[in-house]
Amino acid sequence: MTVAGGLLTELVLCGLAVVLALVVPAKHRSLASGGASMALGVAGVLTGASAMTAPVPVGLTLGLGMPGTDLGPMILAPTPLGGLFGIVVGAVGAVAALYGIGYAHGPAASRTGWSAYAVFLAGMLLVTSAGDVVTFLLGWETMAIGSTVLLLADHATRPAVRPATLWYAVMTHLSFLALVLGFALLASDAHGTSFAAIAAARLSGPTAVVAYFLLLVGFATKAGLVPFHVWLPRAHPEAPSHASAVMSAAMVKMGVYGIIVLTSSLLPRVSATFALVVLALGVVSASYGILQASVSSDLKRLLAYSTTENVGLAVTALGLAMLLANAGQNQSADVARIAALLLVVSHAAFKTVLFLGAGSILHATGLRDLDKLGGLIRTHPVTTWTFGVAALGASALPVTSGFVAEWTLLQALVHGDGRFDTILAFALPVTLGLVALTIGLGLLTFVKAFGTAFLARPRSAAAASAEPEIQPGLGAATMSTAQLLGAAAVVALGLAAGPVAAACARAWGLSDALVDGLGGVRFASVGILDPVSITLLAAGLALPVCLLILVLRRRVPRRETDVPWGCGGVRTSPRMEYTATSYAEPLVRVFGEALRPARTLEISHAEADHVLESRVAFAQQVTDLVEVRGYAPAANWLSRVGDQARKIQNGSIHRYLGFSFAALLVVLLVVTIP
Amino acid sequence: MISALLVILQVAVAVGVTPLLLGVMRQVRSRLEGRVGAGVLQPYRDTIKLLQKQPMRAAGSSVVLVGAPIVLLVSSFMVVGLVPLITTASLVTIPSDLFVVVSLLLVGTVALAVLGLDAGTAFGGMGSSRHMMIAALVEPTVLMSVYALSVPVGSSTLSTIVAARGADAARVVTPAGLLAVVALVVVVLAETGRLPVDNPSTHLELTMVHEAMILESAGRDLAWLEVGSWLRLTALLGLVVNLALPWGVAPGAEPLSLLVAVAALVAKLLVAGAIIAAAEVFMAKLRLFRVPELLAGSFVLAFLAVTASYLAG
Repeated sequence: MTVAGGLLTELVLCGLAVVLALVVPAKHRSLASGGASMALGVAGVLTGASAMTAPVPVGLTLGLGMPGTDLGPMILAPTPLGGLFGIVVGAVGAVAALYGIGYAHGPAASRTGWSAYAVFLAGMLLVTSAGDVVTFLLGWETMAIGSTVLLLADHATRPAVRPATLWYAVMTHLSFLALVLGFALLASDAHGTSFAAIAAARLSGPTAVVAYFLLLVGFATKAGLVPFHVWLPRAHPEAPSHASAVMSAAMVKMGVYGIIVLTSSLLPRVSATFALVVLALGVVSASYGILQASVSSDLKRLLAYSTTENVGLAVTALGLAMLLANAGQNQSADVARIAALLLVVSHAAFKTVLFLGAGSILHATGLRDLDKLGGLIRTHPVTTWTFGVAALGASALPVTSGFVAEWTLLQALVHGDGRFDTILAFALPVTLGLVALTIGLGLLTFVKAFGTAFLARPRSAAAASAEPEIQPGLGAATMSTAQLLGAAAVVALGLAAGPVAAACARAWGLSDALVDGLGGVRFASVGILDPVSITLLAAGLALPVCLLILVLRRRVPRRETDVPWGCGGVRTSPRMEYTATSYAEPLVRVFGEALRPARTLEISHAEADHVLESRVAFAQQVTDLVEVRGYAPAANWLSRVGDQARKIQNGSIHRYLGFSFAALLVVLLVVTIP
Repeated sequence: MISALLVILQVAVAVGVTPLLLGVMRQVRSRLEGRVGAGVLQPYRDTIKLLQKQPMRAAGSSVVLVGAPIVLLVSSFMVVGLVPLITTASLVTIPSDLFVVVSLLLVGTVALAVLGLDAGTAFGGMGSSRHMMIAALVEPTVLMSVYALSVPVGSSTLSTIVAARGADAARVVTPAGLLAVVALVVVVLAETGRLPVDNPSTHLELTMVHEAMILESAGRDLAWLEVGSWLRLTALLGLVVNLALPWGVAPGAEPLSLLVAVAALVAKLLVAGAIIAAAEVFMAKLRLFRVPELLAGSFVLAFLAVTASYLAG
């Protein structure tokens, strides 16, 4: 498929998905429109792949520009980098659409729901293939509108959806505003709207610095980086789960894509000066995000904060690459660049599966609260194993995609030489320490999420009576298939480390990553990682143990008992189990200063008795300090200013006539004064 | 091919010597506390006894109860196979890279933590939660201290670091090297559940970490868990002694130097184990919420080591 053909196919399929969503009756709507959205995703993957292999960016040019002005034509020509992000968006969109066919119900499966899904997906594909400012912003806004409508799906039944959407809409439009301003500054300086023209102008003046910061803020907001992340832990939990998956695994990546385009092609010289800013954004987001995730008990909120962490790691890698390049250590910088893209790709794979798993749990039990879940391994084997594999990916354990990505990032860190550069001598160890802490807390987070949701005994009646997920019918089959596809991708991307890293290198136009052996990767300057060999070695070492177990199993068979160490006692009630909140309690204490949890303890006494307690109720709420200390005062201030403005606008027609008269006078004065 | 055999040799030696290491540590402690002790061979007898007992499975537990011990054991095998214990020759496709080794250790850590949650008892969850908190807070020190050692060598491959330290004795006694090794010792104590972080011989319910997670396991499941955890001690302690005293480690695959290396490793391990056991007699277990302070202290040492290694370079 040629790139131009692929782009046209995407357009046609998006239209088809919208038409099918509007025309087909409710019974078959999800299948028809979801199927078309899946095809749209696949088209995105194919177009991205051909854009990555094309020697020069080719595509479509729409002559909508105004001759004689700086406004050029609209260009749809994905670069190899855009192609890679297009593959990510397309693959995530296709898998989530497949899942949505079975999962979407109620408002999410309405005409609006499925049309919005297709528009959302097409918007993201447009962003990745944009070759000029106007197309980029058009795609950006299409993506924002599509996702906002999707997010609103359940507003009638759940009140929490409305404030979440409000936060999302405000933040996403502030981001859009920043982008419009930033791009406008660049376009007027460069006398052209195409990215090529802006890059060729090699801007570095004060206007470029202002534009750089505006664009950085705009992209960081979309990427969910601290302190612009506040919409993320609100919006992701409230969206329908297949939409959450796309928002988290694909949409926030558009922010990363923007940062990469900004720093590597639009304003490389300004970016190099402010490399530490990008690094700090990344490191702070990674550690703050995972800290919040580790103490969160709402499964989808936990996953949302973990998104901030993963995006933070990718941006850390970018900032690191810029710093290393500034210091002239180009080989390590290239490794860091590849690490950034590996982190993006691997996060897309495992976060899709994690959100789809959360969707299955929600579907079966109606619960997101880990404190009330438990024991789902018995009714939900597919969700358990796919979520488990994805959790391994999120914890960066072998042999998943996350492992390869974080290995590459750590290698870039260790091979940077801080001996002759004071900035690096400070930045490298601090980054390493925080990345290591992030990895450690990530492990705890996902052990907690997996262990409390799927293992142990059900902690509530809803979890105990969850319906088995394996049922006859197309709906259950599409959900399970989507989860299995995603989990397979997590493992495959991990095992085929070499080809994936080589593809990432090609997206950057680098040749540092070499494919080695059976799928291993070798960085010329760093070393070798071969997950296939690791797997083979593990299998070889497991073999004698398994043989021994086979022998022992015959001699001493396993015995099932009700209470192994009961000593005549009875099994304790599930209320005695550790919950997700209690699991994270030691961490809340250790990081108490950074988290400031709000705790309430109510002890009620039996009547006329001050010694015996009849009931003890404990509640803990961990709030986001950035939101409470930063955004809440700002919002209050704004609304106070708004109240002041209301005094001027009191609704009296006389006053408004007075205003008009005054304005007229001012205009006349200005005109008459020579 | 030869290096694959060397990995198997390392695993075999480690499996053979680990119960002895534990036996010596327990015996030293018993004698210093005025007890007779069970003899240095008791861990062997315990393991064989456990393998012959019937494993039990509580109603409501899942396949994790059976699978997690095996995962822990295999991950420990991988770690002792890859860490340069006897030889610094490493596999071509799996060099003993620090991050790979740490990830494999973490696979075992996670397997244990998941096992603790599986049965749905209060103790299991408690142990698992504490275990993961300690593991999360240890992580920065591990990476930082080995980073300090890797700066002069320019590689994060453990065998390269050990070989370089062995070739140049001046590297061993640099301030950076010493600080990093001290930080690593704290890591080993925390990762393997020794005093002052966790008491390996405790059955006092509310102070347990490691023991709480394996309460529900019996028979061969418990045997895999015990051997797997002991092997982690061998791997980490072996790594530290080889970093601190990098002599005697075989550079290649010559039979004679391998023989010397095995003897040197056993001697170094047993002496180090005896010192730790003797020190433990005089130490009380820290309160759980003092442990982060200890780990933060070791992180500071590791950070200083990094800074010092920059200055030295």
